[in-house]
Amino acid sequence: MTTEAMTPELIAQHQLTPDEYAKIVAILGREPSYTELGIFSVMWSEHCSYKSSRLHLKKLPTRGKAVVQGPGENAGIVDIGGGYVAAFKIESHNHPSFIEPFQGAATGVGGILRDIFTMGARPIAVMDSLRFGRVDEGANAPRNRRIVSGVVSGIAHYGNCFGVPTVGGECIFEPCYDGNPLVNVFALGVCRKEEIFYAKAAGVGNPVIYVGSRTGRDGIHGASMASAEFTEESKQKRPNVQVGDPFMEKLLLEACLEAMRTGAIVGIQDMGAAGLTCSTCEMGSRGEVGIEIELDRVPQRATGMTPYEIMLSESQERMLLVADKGREEEVFRVFRKWGLEAVEIGVVTGDGKLRVKHHGAVVAEIPNRELADEAPLYDRPHTQPPRSAPNPASLPAGDVQAALPKLLASTDLCSKRWIWEQYDYQVRTNTVAGPERTDAAIVRIKETGVSLAMALDGNQRYSYLDPREGAKLAVAECCRNLATVGALPIAATNCLNFGNPERPEIMAQLVEAIEGIAEACQFFETPITGGNVSLYNETLGEGIYPTPVLGIVGMMKTAEPVGIAFRNAGRSVMLLGGIGGCNETDFGGTQYVKAMLGGLWGVPPALDMDRERRVHDAIREILAAGLAESAHDLSDGGLAVALAECSFGPAGIGAQIDLDSDLRPEFLCFHEAPSRILLSTARPQRVAEIAARLRLEAPVLGVTIEKGIEIRQCSMTLGAWEISSLKSSYSQALETYVR
Amino acid sequence: MKIGVIVFPGSNCDHDAFYAASHNLGQPAEFIWHDSDSLGDVDAVILPGGFSYGDYLRCGAIAKFSPVMRAVRRFAKDGGLVLGVCNGFQILVESGLLPGALIRNRSLKFICRELRLRAGATDSPFTNAAPPGAELRMPIAHGEGCYFADERTLDELEAEDRVAFRYVDNANGSLRDIAGVLSRERNVMGMMPHPERATEPLMGSSDGLVVFQSMIRAAARV
Repeated sequence: MTTEAMTPELIAQHQLTPDEYAKIVAILGREPSYTELGIFSVMWSEHCSYKSSRLHLKKLPTRGKAVVQGPGENAGIVDIGGGYVAAFKIESHNHPSFIEPFQGAATGVGGILRDIFTMGARPIAVMDSLRFGRVDEGANAPRNRRIVSGVVSGIAHYGNCFGVPTVGGECIFEPCYDGNPLVNVFALGVCRKEEIFYAKAAGVGNPVIYVGSRTGRDGIHGASMASAEFTEESKQKRPNVQVGDPFMEKLLLEACLEAMRTGAIVGIQDMGAAGLTCSTCEMGSRGEVGIEIELDRVPQRATGMTPYEIMLSESQERMLLVADKGREEEVFRVFRKWGLEAVEIGVVTGDGKLRVKHHGAVVAEIPNRELADEAPLYDRPHTQPPRSAPNPASLPAGDVQAALPKLLASTDLCSKRWIWEQYDYQVRTNTVAGPERTDAAIVRIKETGVSLAMALDGNQRYSYLDPREGAKLAVAECCRNLATVGALPIAATNCLNFGNPERPEIMAQLVEAIEGIAEACQFFETPITGGNVSLYNETLGEGIYPTPVLGIVGMMKTAEPVGIAFRNAGRSVMLLGGIGGCNETDFGGTQYVKAMLGGLWGVPPALDMDRERRVHDAIREILAAGLAESAHDLSDGGLAVALAECSFGPAGIGAQIDLDSDLRPEFLCFHEAPSRILLSTARPQRVAEIAARLRLEAPVLGVTIEKGIEIRQCSMTLGAWEISSLKSSYSQALETYVR
Repeated sequence: MKIGVIVFPGSNCDHDAFYAASHNLGQPAEFIWHDSDSLGDVDAVILPGGFSYGDYLRCGAIAKFSPVMRAVRRFAKDGGLVLGVCNGFQILVESGLLPGALIRNRSLKFICRELRLRAGATDSPFTNAAPPGAELRMPIAHGEGCYFADERTLDELEAEDRVAFRYVDNANGSLRDIAGVLSRERNVMGMMPHPERATEPLMGSSDGLVVFQSMIRAAARV
């Protein structure tokens, strides 16, 4: 092994601390080679090793009735009955999407899709949670528009070509994401229970096979890049962003699923972050075996690549698999059919080591387990999360009539049609409910008569005000979204987007958010089966708001769902959960305060989890009994915004409601207390009975009407609107901002 | 009617066409791999949507050279029913089996949306079951679906009653609202909207059934 002088500068360039370097020397019993240094630097990066978060992630509940596979594999797996399982996970691709929005987002989709089909499951749904800087005004708006356009086109490009429907998601704009957009992609796939594959090498002497795109110099150090703050020099990191080829991914999908059916594959893993390094050592570590590869055999698209470059390349659309010795040809035959290059690059060994050869000479030799699973673990100091400003001295009187149109046309609340129409949300003809028709997307499983409902939620404003409560509210809202379509939540995945964990106040946000998720997921019986942590989301020292995003999957019988929209006039409009309370302090995080006053203060609205669960139980019972004609949960923008959205359906039915409350009008119409669902029904008595049995309020607020929306408070009109004018500004707002 | 669904490596609506034909219409169906040079004993073929060979070049520009397209050309020449949907339409146009071209949507964006259309010609093997003048709801999902041809071709299509479908909501900028066209012999039809995605109430519409029912009716007559 050639040795290069290991200077402190070289070690620091690899983002390894002196202590970490000492640990490497201890593991190896000698100084590492240059290639080995590179290998350790990516495997022990924050992105791959979760060294700052691992200690706290252990607090998350990971077991449940339906859980077949929890965290630690490429995706979590849950049993969905009828002999089928669903594999799902969410991943971030934040840093690359800032540097190169189109390819950054596209390869984000590619990466999570591979995580799903490497487990044997065919992807059937994608959703994305996006955060950008402001596009409506401000000095950075032009740049942010470009990022939005690029990210959306990138997601569309990859998902549409691959043939997976993008069925839902969320998109929010805050100045804190100016230099640091968030692109979190969720994917879900299904397969038969006995068809699950694991990323585990086994069988000494079995061949290690490489398939897919050739290895190039793209994406070297991607994982390390994702583990550092952005500076002015980050732009120079553009070559670190990979280029996606969705057609190649489609070929890999079909070929891998077909090859798996031969029965000749022992284990398989995609080459994502840290590429060949990660796939070899992780498969070896999981199977408690060694892997020896010869880099000369790795298909390469550039000449003269060094071992360091080959091992660290993050070229896309590559898979590594272990086949049964003697049955290689069965596997090669399938890959040939799909026109893919598949090469035997090595062999499984019994010594537990990752041994990398180049021109026959050993260039790296590292014990797999220590490399993959014994990365440094940090209990980083955490103090108190930064809290926001106190309440303003006085709150100007609200004008509900003027506020509702303005809120509906605000970037966060307006229709995201401009985005989701660029995605094929129907391909595979399983989409029972796509974007904005229901509170959760619904995808049917044709083979079993069961459908899966799924939702993504996060509220960075609440998480900023109180990371623990914000995270709990996100879990609650996600579960509420599922309940509102009649589904029972079964499991969750999370994407934790935070700033620099080396700052104690940021670390505190992370710890509190994880503990909040743990508490709520325990309570709502939605174990976390996997996820992703994205730290160092800072640009020039400015951190993002803490942004935990939850993705929860639920089950329901396949049937035409009840949508958000009112369908008939003359129906009772009821608010399951009641009007709720609000004061100045817990009004400070609402969309009203953001859009009308440009502020953020106070605390998130209080969540009573027991009451929240009773609301879910009630709405599921109401829907199962066929009592509701429409149902929509109250979230951002509160009651008035929800009422407007219910009126934007094809039938053009509106509502007239009269609220018996002494709250300030803007509190009453726009506060965002959880645990509330707005529904229309022809059987208010039956709905009231179910609510009463579950100790819930469910006041009849008014009635659906042929034309218009009117909100009164104790018989005094607060506002009255034509549906068409509200709807056109709601539907067209985003396009006017991003154009 | 035995339906063959052509599978290019990048087809991604092949399963949907197969499901619509077999499950929702109860017809025997089979997949035909892109490198086969024979279509076997099928009565009709569907070229499904997707991205045939990646379509990084013009959509369908490479597919027209595939072995299976030689078989499709022979099949069409012999009077067999050929339905191209979305990418299938693009391939038929590139192969010269249908006139015109499909260029990028006027918005330059991919659009996935349910639209209203009307059958233009109703005496064709693909539209004979469509109630004259009735609006049909079917989704589109494409980035390059703007139908384009020179004036003379467009006039000829209209004169020969070969506009199979027209958009009521023209979302992609197609000339004369053309959503689907017939070959001169009327046994080849391409359309950008997806009839296979509108074959049962859970999909949001069953209006796409008329295309397949028309084909079944036409095949029975032969």
